[in-house]
Amino acid sequence: MYATRRLDATFAALADPTRRAILARLASGEASVTALAEPFEMSQPAISKHLKVLEAAGLISSGRDAQRRPRKLEARPLAEANEWLERYREYWEESFQRLDALLEELKTADRKRKRSKRKGARR
Amino acid sequence: MKDTGELKITTPSDREIAMTRTFDAPRRLVYDAWTKPELLKRWLGVRGGWSMAVCEVDLKVGGRYRYVWRGPTGKEMGIGGVFREVVPGERLVATEKFDDAWYEGDAVDTTVFVEEGGRTTVTTTVLYSSKEARDGVLQSPMESGVAESYDVLDEVLVSLRAA
Repeated sequence: MYATRRLDATFAALADPTRRAILARLASGEASVTALAEPFEMSQPAISKHLKVLEAAGLISSGRDAQRRPRKLEARPLAEANEWLERYREYWEESFQRLDALLEELKTADRKRKRSKRKGARR
Repeated sequence: MKDTGELKITTPSDREIAMTRTFDAPRRLVYDAWTKPELLKRWLGVRGGWSMAVCEVDLKVGGRYRYVWRGPTGKEMGIGGVFREVVPGERLVATEKFDDAWYEGDAVDTTVFVEEGGRTTVTTTVLYSSKEARDGVLQSPMESGVAESYDVLDEVLVSLRAA
């Protein structure tokens, strides 16, 4: 529940399918803007806009090569976001698994109560 | 019939987030587990050394509830609100505010319990005071793109580990 601004930026950046595809591509190695634009039916300026969002979120960085300026994935924010996601989902899933177990217990208690009630009625 | 166990998270409108889960138990028992402190304490947020230090529920319209969890290192996290609607076994509407809220204004939770064939589907919808408030939460994991985010994260993390 402790969303930091950095996590907000990471998740906002991940909310777009094109940006997720770019990240997936960069996961297999650095690439130039031209190479990144290739698989999409999008102009280079449109791709550059997405790259800016990713860069602002700290998810990618530009390489030193002044001409190509290859983009490269930055692992840390993703790892942090992943950790947060896992914690969140785990929070609810574990809570609900506990609730499942508790409900089993309540059902058993309920059946017992009904049985003894029926017995009581027969007496 | 829906299977039990699967947690679904959706966004019904631009100010809402909804969470649905089916339990293999009649509605009456699920409702009890959701509203009785001695039962709530046994499941809600209780994990990894966290326990509920405070669990107070005044289950009536205008009544308050307050939950405080305490972690293994003594760190605490609290949430509370006021009930606006209480239809026993069927429907609860309450405001919610974390002590450490990261969004503006109160959120309003509506929880609906629907029984079918001895199973109960619980849907909790959280309505935020504004789209901005909800988006603040949405940029957290609860958004619809969560599955894809997971996929890309998985993919990325796998390749990083391999590198």
